[in-house]
Amino acid sequence: MNWADLRWLVPELVVAAAAVALLGADLVLPADRKRWLGGLALASLVAAGAACAVVLTDLGGLGAPGVRVFADTYTVDAFAVYFKLVALAAVALVVLVSLDYFPGRTPHLGEVFSLLLFSGVGLLLMASASDLILLLLSIEFVSLSSYLLAGFLKRDPKSNEAGVKYFLYGAATTGVMAYGFSLLYGLTGSTILYDIAARLDRAGPAAYLAVGMALAGFGFKVSMVPFHQWTPDVYEGAPTPITAFLSVGPKAAGFAALVRTLSIGIPLEQVNWPVLLAALSAVTMTVGNLLALLQRNLKRMLAYSSIAHAGYVLIALAAWKSAWALQGLLYYLLAYLFMNLGAFFVAMVAAEGTGSDEIPDHAGLSQRAPWVAGAMVVFMLSLTGIPPTAGFFGKFYLFAAAVDAGLLWLAALAVANSVISLYYYVGVLRALYLMPPAAPGPVPVPAGLRVGVLVALIGTLAAGLYPEPVVTFVEVARRLLGS
Amino acid sequence: MPILTLTLFLPLVGALVLLFLPKEDADRIRRVTLGFTLATFVASLLILPRFEFGRREIQLIEQAAWIPAVGIQYKVGVDGLSLVLALLTTLLTVLSVLYSFRETHRVKEYNLLFLLLETGMLGVFFALDFFLFYVFWELTLVPMYFLIGIWGGPRREYAAIKFFLYTLVGSLAMLLGILLLYFHLPPGQRTFDVLEIVRQRPLAGTGLLAQLAFWGFFLSFAIKVPMWPFHTWLPDAHVEAPTAGSVILAAILLKLGTYGFVRFSLPLFPEVFHQHALLIATLAVIGVIYGALVAMAQTDLKKLVAYSSVNHMGYVMLAVAAAAYAYGRQELADAAATALNGATMEMLAHGIITGALFLVVGVIYDDRAHTRGVDDFGGLWAVLPKYGAVSITAMFASLGLPGLMGFVAEFLIFVGSFSIIPVFTALAALGVVITAAFFLWTIQRIFLGPTNPRWVNLPDLDRREAWTLFPLVVLMIAFGVYPKPLLDIINLTSSQLVAMLR
Repeated sequence: MNWADLRWLVPELVVAAAAVALLGADLVLPADRKRWLGGLALASLVAAGAACAVVLTDLGGLGAPGVRVFADTYTVDAFAVYFKLVALAAVALVVLVSLDYFPGRTPHLGEVFSLLLFSGVGLLLMASASDLILLLLSIEFVSLSSYLLAGFLKRDPKSNEAGVKYFLYGAATTGVMAYGFSLLYGLTGSTILYDIAARLDRAGPAAYLAVGMALAGFGFKVSMVPFHQWTPDVYEGAPTPITAFLSVGPKAAGFAALVRTLSIGIPLEQVNWPVLLAALSAVTMTVGNLLALLQRNLKRMLAYSSIAHAGYVLIALAAWKSAWALQGLLYYLLAYLFMNLGAFFVAMVAAEGTGSDEIPDHAGLSQRAPWVAGAMVVFMLSLTGIPPTAGFFGKFYLFAAAVDAGLLWLAALAVANSVISLYYYVGVLRALYLMPPAAPGPVPVPAGLRVGVLVALIGTLAAGLYPEPVVTFVEVARRLLGS
Repeated sequence: MPILTLTLFLPLVGALVLLFLPKEDADRIRRVTLGFTLATFVASLLILPRFEFGRREIQLIEQAAWIPAVGIQYKVGVDGLSLVLALLTTLLTVLSVLYSFRETHRVKEYNLLFLLLETGMLGVFFALDFFLFYVFWELTLVPMYFLIGIWGGPRREYAAIKFFLYTLVGSLAMLLGILLLYFHLPPGQRTFDVLEIVRQRPLAGTGLLAQLAFWGFFLSFAIKVPMWPFHTWLPDAHVEAPTAGSVILAAILLKLGTYGFVRFSLPLFPEVFHQHALLIATLAVIGVIYGALVAMAQTDLKKLVAYSSVNHMGYVMLAVAAAAYAYGRQELADAAATALNGATMEMLAHGIITGALFLVVGVIYDDRAHTRGVDDFGGLWAVLPKYGAVSITAMFASLGLPGLMGFVAEFLIFVGSFSIIPVFTALAALGVVITAAFFLWTIQRIFLGPTNPRWVNLPDLDRREAWTLFPLVVLMIAFGVYPKPLLDIINLTSSQLVAMLR
């Protein structure tokens, strides 16, 4: 091992060190100062973001190819850096709103931030892992912290249920995935993706079986049908900031790992995975959207919507031969980060103000918290895919990839699904704007949430109105992946 | 000075200004909104002296890089067609805002939405990049959803979501069509530039794909127009929308559909359009007759006007289908140009006349009688002489009385289409008879006959109402008597299109 290679891991090390430090500090800080821990967590995430920029510079700038370190098990390239930045932004925004949410609900504030950071470390590792064992470990790292976070409110039975369900489901799918990985090892004698790609020839049905089983684990992380059943219950039961985190962080990292595994490790000549994923994409978006139609609870609705969005993103893998595919995936996940976190943050404001997660109970919020409701208009339209929002440009990208790859049927299905989704997203706006307020008086918006909503709003609009910088980044990331 | 960009974004700036005004200060909000719409109207008039009336091509182009990595730019320009429609938009927005001074419910949001809507509509007419066009196209949906949903009639929520869902289906189908065009440009030259794509016609000769793209665009525009059988959202939306919302819907938003057919479908897919022209003409004729018959059966004045829109937009589509059918036949070129002139003229005439008619309905319903049953009135002209005169003029204009604007439009449409598709045109002429019948009957029931004693104390038009209605009446008469200045502008585009279609 070359110790100098550790410089590529500075972002991971910074976050991990902060997570450990938080655990220690949590023991000595008096209860009324524990909010400082949140500040420390935020600082470490910003520092890790800066370290990512340094890593990118060390690579030789945006246009330079990536490096493989630690015997090819770890790859640092523009693709990985992109996902690391997305993950850090997700964790940072969630820490920010947790500062308002958890005090008063649990005395163990330091552990929340510490677990969020540990989970963040896992996300950073997932983005770079190019070895099956490391990948499995990093996914488990994220999962274990997430199980704890989902069930963190010990006195809340729904939170408990969420934690247990998430754990049982996660354990089962990870097991299946590990079995799939072991098949790949058996077929090729290696766990390193680059070697697998070179040796996986004439594997036939066994390779299909291995890929199919591996998909169970990835599918669990990104909420792909048929591995999605945990999503609504966990989203509903988990503390809302954690739900917000689960909906963007692990999902984005899951896609990063899925893309790297398939595109580098599994040659198209051996396993025609785009066809497999086209079918999964079609089913996932349709199931998610149809079930979302039936929901009255905002968190459950967003859970099914998150399944549907996983389906849209899977279009990218189905349309892999188009140059727009991977760019679309990368762009979409950034857009999804802003618009979905924003939606959950507004849900938190609404729940604080009305004491309920039911959509009809949020009636007339536009009169009680006009700015926040206005932001929700942008988030809902963005999730539907109406310009000029980031969600629209993301869908535009993905639909374009499908058309470019000749998958017109999939594009048409995605269009039909978008129309269906309008109905339930606008259902939220209907409650907020069309229905009279259920109670008078303004709804208070705590400071952290205010910043969180604002950042998400600016992100959603800016990435939609001026996507050029992101487009440039994702274009390079696509071109250099696997080079 | 980038006059188009200025016109386009002035309303948006107004909307941003409104955001920072306190919502309690309703009066100031109304005045600021009126100020911005007036400024936009003046800006749009300032396009005229810069416009070269001898040039048929799109001019006054303003462009800037936007997302160069994928060939998207900010590019706007005008020709005869988009210029007159933009002027119609800015004028009617001013009048709608003026009319809405009486609105007291959530004034800030109401005016803000109108300003947003204006930028969206102008953007559709100015945009010369498909991506940009799509952005503005969708931007018109959202404000209208809220306008119907918050300030509408009893079934507002249903009407609002129906409008939104219907039009989104069409929009997304068009988006796929746009993407098909884009990806059939040679790699390296891919762009969303409308003029470039029209020049190259990338899908010409691709068979099935051209068909799919054509029908994608068709669905989007046909829902917007709306053509029979895609019209079912219209009666709901028009009837439930607040008066000013109905005005904008009828006068401008429906024109987005016919504008799309003329601007995009004709030059992009002439062969495919030609192939299906008779089918589309059939739908247009059904729309004409069905719209007129259903309008005749209505007892609700607002519904009656709404269905008369289906009828009038049918004429426009008849002319467009005729022009498409004339594709490739040199000897019919003049007739096609006449039909297209008629189509554009009808877009304007319908905008002005139906805009006025919805205002007429609003004046009596919103603020006076609170009923709009055709049979609830009688002898109203004697009670409200000014109101009666305005209403009757607008109705005469709508039924196509010579000397008023509607006649000029319909005359051109029938003359042009008759040489190309005589049978369809003759059938459509039947619609004119029915339209005349139901409007005359309506005039008789509302304004003539014995005075209904319930309404003897109603006040006549006040000054603000008069200001919203008189400009429209003046235009109906002026362009009915002397349409030449307008036709000169319109004909630029029509002759250019026909030249492309030979």
